[in-house]
Amino acid sequence: MSASAILFYAISAFILGMGLLAVTSTKIFRSAIWLLLSLVGIAALYFWMQVEFIAAVQIVVYVGGIVVLIIFSIFLTQQSGTEMPKPAMKRTVFSVLAALFGFGFSFNLIDHYGFVPTGTQPFNVSVSEIGTQMLSTTAHGYILPFEVVSMLLLSAMIGCIVIAMKTPEQKAAEMETIVIQNEDTPGPSEVITPHISEPLITEEA
Amino acid sequence: MNAVPLTHILFVSTALFFIGMYGLFTRRNLITMLMSIELILNSVNINFVAFNKYLYPSKLDGVFFTVFIITIAAAEAAVAIAIIINLYRSHKSIDVEDAAELKF
Repeated sequence: MSASAILFYAISAFILGMGLLAVTSTKIFRSAIWLLLSLVGIAALYFWMQVEFIAAVQIVVYVGGIVVLIIFSIFLTQQSGTEMPKPAMKRTVFSVLAALFGFGFSFNLIDHYGFVPTGTQPFNVSVSEIGTQMLSTTAHGYILPFEVVSMLLLSAMIGCIVIAMKTPEQKAAEMETIVIQNEDTPGPSEVITPHISEPLITEEA
Repeated sequence: MNAVPLTHILFVSTALFFIGMYGLFTRRNLITMLMSIELILNSVNINFVAFNKYLYPSKLDGVFFTVFIITIAAAEAAVAIAIIINLYRSHKSIDVEDAAELKF
């Protein structure tokens, strides 16, 4: 067994162990940290396969973006130290059975399918090669998916803003509370009105 | 490099996929379910890169699919977390059992 193979099995064991801890830990913050380590392990697997660009994207987007987003949402929505309730016994048993059956089935299928490589050329995944092919308009170019994905990202961004925005009723309710608070305080108080009812500049006809 | 056959990489990604599936089935908290979905998407990415490297070394399609999946996963996570936080504002809970208004 060569050093490369030993490295592969070590990385695989790391990924699977961290993944198992991420889905079984009862503390949600720890679960997020295990997920982060599992994603780092997957980036290491990409490095082992010598696809450095994908490994870099994996670290930047998943570890630097998505996990940080998840951790922020954990802080915003729950007490991170509290334990989550354990899943019901029946559900755990049947989930384990389903996962094991699925894994056994796929294992058998992969094991008996003879994969035939099509070529013996060296695998060239330099960044310049990826960039050239992604932005080319010829037969194997990926310019159309690239543009479609840019539209998807834009619409996702707008969608997030719309979801997070307050509805007009919520805004009006907040304004009411501000007015009430100002009435409680002694002395003259400024009442902030949500809408300017009359135009600021009126012209005599 | 060729000491490890393709099937072993596929076994790892299959195991990761079913770990994610187990998490999706047992968890009832929306954020942890989202984490399981991320694991599943990552196992698919490993498959694409491995197939590209071992079976079609002259092409780059697997790498492009991986890049696009990562992009879409980022957009999906952002929208999902926006929905989760909005749900938390209105229900004070992010348990899937509590979000049952659209059930019937």
